[in-house]
Amino acid sequence: MTTDETLEPAPAPSLPEPERKSFWKKLRRGLRMTHTEIFERFDAAVSGKAMVDDEVIEYLEESLIGADLGVETTMELIERLRGGVRPSEALDVLKLRERLVDEMAVLLLDAPQPRPQAEGPLVTLLVGVNGTGKTTSAAKLARRSLDRDERVLLAAADTFRAAAIEQLVLWGERLGVDVIRQHAGGDPAAVVFDALQAGRARRVDHLIVDTAGRLHNKEHLMAELAKIRRVIEREGEGWEQHTVLVIDATTGQNAVTQAREFTRAVDVDGVLLAKIDGTAKGGVAVAIARDLRLPILHLGVGEQPGDLVDFRPRDFATALLGPPSSSPVG
Amino acid sequence: MFDGLQERLQGVFRHLKGEGRVSEEVLKGALREIRMALLEADVNFRVVKSFVQRIGEQAEGQKVLESLTPDQQVIKIVRDELVSLLGEEGAELRLDGRPAVVLLCGLQGSGKTTTAGKLGLRLTQRDRHPLLVAGDLQRAAAVEQLVQVGAGVGVPVVVPEGAEDVVAVAERALSVARDRGHDVVLVDTAGRLHIDDELMAEIRRLAEALSPTETLFVADAMTGQDAVKSATEFAQALDLTGVILTKLDGDARGGAALSIRSVAKVPIRFVGTGEKAEDLESFHPDRMASRILGMGDVLSLIEKAEAGLDSDETERLAKRIASRDFNLEDLRDQLLQMRKLGPLSQVLQMLPKAGPLRGLDPSMVDESQLRQTEAIINSMTREERRRPQILNGSRRRRIARGSGTSVQKVNQLLKQYRAMKKMMKQMRGGWLQKTLKMKG
Ligand SMILES: Nc1nc2c(ncn2[C@@H]2O[C@H](COP(=O)(O)OP(=O)(O)O)[C@@H](O)[C@H]2O)c(=O)[nH]1
Ligand SMILES: Nc1nc2c(ncn2[C@@H]2O[C@H](COP(=O)(O)OP(=O)(O)O)[C@@H](O)[C@H]2O)c(=O)[nH]1
Ligand SMILES: [Mg+2]
Ligand SMILES: [Mg+2]
Repeated sequence: MTTDETLEPAPAPSLPEPERKSFWKKLRRGLRMTHTEIFERFDAAVSGKAMVDDEVIEYLEESLIGADLGVETTMELIERLRGGVRPSEALDVLKLRERLVDEMAVLLLDAPQPRPQAEGPLVTLLVGVNGTGKTTSAAKLARRSLDRDERVLLAAADTFRAAAIEQLVLWGERLGVDVIRQHAGGDPAAVVFDALQAGRARRVDHLIVDTAGRLHNKEHLMAELAKIRRVIEREGEGWEQHTVLVIDATTGQNAVTQAREFTRAVDVDGVLLAKIDGTAKGGVAVAIARDLRLPILHLGVGEQPGDLVDFRPRDFATALLGPPSSSPVG
Repeated sequence: MFDGLQERLQGVFRHLKGEGRVSEEVLKGALREIRMALLEADVNFRVVKSFVQRIGEQAEGQKVLESLTPDQQVIKIVRDELVSLLGEEGAELRLDGRPAVVLLCGLQGSGKTTTAGKLGLRLTQRDRHPLLVAGDLQRAAAVEQLVQVGAGVGVPVVVPEGAEDVVAVAERALSVARDRGHDVVLVDTAGRLHIDDELMAEIRRLAEALSPTETLFVADAMTGQDAVKSATEFAQALDLTGVILTKLDGDARGGAALSIRSVAKVPIRFVGTGEKAEDLESFHPDRMASRILGMGDVLSLIEKAEAGLDSDETERLAKRIASRDFNLEDLRDQLLQMRKLGPLSQVLQMLPKAGPLRGLDPSMVDESQLRQTEAIINSMTREERRRPQILNGSRRRRIARGSGTSVQKVNQLLKQYRAMKKMMKQMRGGWLQKTLKMKG
């Protein structure tokens, strides 16, 4: 069996390449739940009430915690909300909602926004814990650069997980992008070194480095990542360097710890929140922005290369809360 | 990192020392802290709500209000309740039928393929003859991944041929198994979102075609509030028989275990504790409870210690640690013992966050560091090892030369030693002894 045959069994994607519009459609799939759950409960809580009382606050609290914002961030948001409500003020659900969106957007926008892309070539290092969507995100970022007519190169620096190299190579074939690879079990830093040389020689605009998933509490694996990063710093002179942490939107509060530890090890520039097309709200992104001042850069909204959208704080906050209960959801 | 329940409750009960009576007010405060601890551990907020309610009722019933050490009592009630809700000890796979079919399902990236390999290895070790089926036709190179995983554990893999869909491959695998005498068929499937109607219908068809004796939901231990939704939907679509919780080698509290167990209503059977094929363990509700409450997985540690340590040696060390004169010889012995425990970061991870070993620098037990440390200590005289305070500049230079290191390294070690000594002073008469007593 040749390598090519081995790669064969995975058929071409059975789903049609989604149109750009599908972003909202996909987010809405999740929103359906948000709508029925948060806002029906919310409506029940406020029905017949004239003022924002403890019960209303409790429901809000549960909605936010239920969206994975975490206890602290939720408390802070509620406090801010309370600060803006006069005790005698009539209860206006829409207004309350809008304020909440505002407050969340403040937290999200507060994080330093990514540097505008410089003129030179860019190297993006994708990092994260196991199974979050790094390899798929590498394909997505590649696709996006191709759409801008950039020359793209992929580097298969996950030399550890079974068939991780093959997975990236397959994406490379589907996208028509070369993949720099070595043998399984090899030194990932050496792959990155090669890729930078190749990238320079081929004058690529965007080199995307896929790495092995690693839990942030494993010292040696974090040290390995730091080494990769050092190679990029040392060899990547003249390259704009981005390190992107891929976080799974279904993750709970541990994502904050992930962000902290990865930032400590490799100086993360921003977060790509993958799998937001499920029913998880990914509210932990708000906690990450608040605690670590890390910007959220992109959202992963599916398994295909086209399923990547830029993060827009206000849209995200709105999506998190679901559409107002008065407007029907499509 | 978040505080565990213990630290949280200490705050509530601190003012009560000596009084011995707890007011309603304090109980309410305790319940609030329990709620917070569980929410921070990612237990679903609805599950938390009913849990806290139950604890409140029980606490009253048990007359906590008159107890002398209320925090301990509350912790015990919470822990016991949690243990019982988390269900039974993880049972081995039920393997009726010729061949028995085990179907793995779950969201994307939860660890299905890796777990398929782990189960294959486990079954092989139990004298079974499993066969793996590559049923993920979605993810790029997923088939190749399982082929490699299977090769790694010596279990053959049936892969799709031609235009076979997942049901066709699996059915063919059944006949392959019958022909070749495989008694268990482990079916890996594509990750899918529970709201993806098409793919959920596909896995229902697969389950109908195979009538698996085990249908296992593979879930990531780091999952947040959404665990309730995905588990509910998978449980509704399929007759789940169990749950496997992966990536417990991370530092997530794993509250998803309780959420999933509460809605899926099937036992958690195994936990994944690493990326390698042997990293699969039976589920233990008591350990999981401690972990969710942030009290460290002390029991796992003890079990590891039991397996890896020479018990006489351990006891001697414990005594030394407990005594006032923990010296460099003891440090060396301890590091050697620790090395036997395997990857130490894993062991350290299981200890309570605020526990006494927190001061231990994990780099000290890194393999190369360990060798260096040993070399340094070995280059000392016996007197120096026993009374490190006599190590002046010239002695340190001599040791550095002797061990092929530098004075800096020697200083660093001494600094670490002092830190450990200080830490051990704090734990004396405390945690470690209790732990070792429990073990003996
Ligand atoms: N639904 C959904 N699945 C995703 C997304 N990103 C990745 N995945 C899937 O998640 C699984 C793990 O992805 P992979 O890129 O291999 O993760 P890695 O281990 O971090 O490299 C695969 O099944 C992917 O198809 C996303 O945005 N949405
Ligand atoms: N640390 C750790 N990683 C795991 C564990 N189980 C699976 N993984 C990793 O999680 C990632 C996704 O696993 P995979 O089996 O491909 O998931 P699948 O998409 O559900 O089949 C891979 O990087 C695995 O090595 C575990 O128990 N611990
Ligand atoms: Mg990958
Ligand atoms: Mg898989």
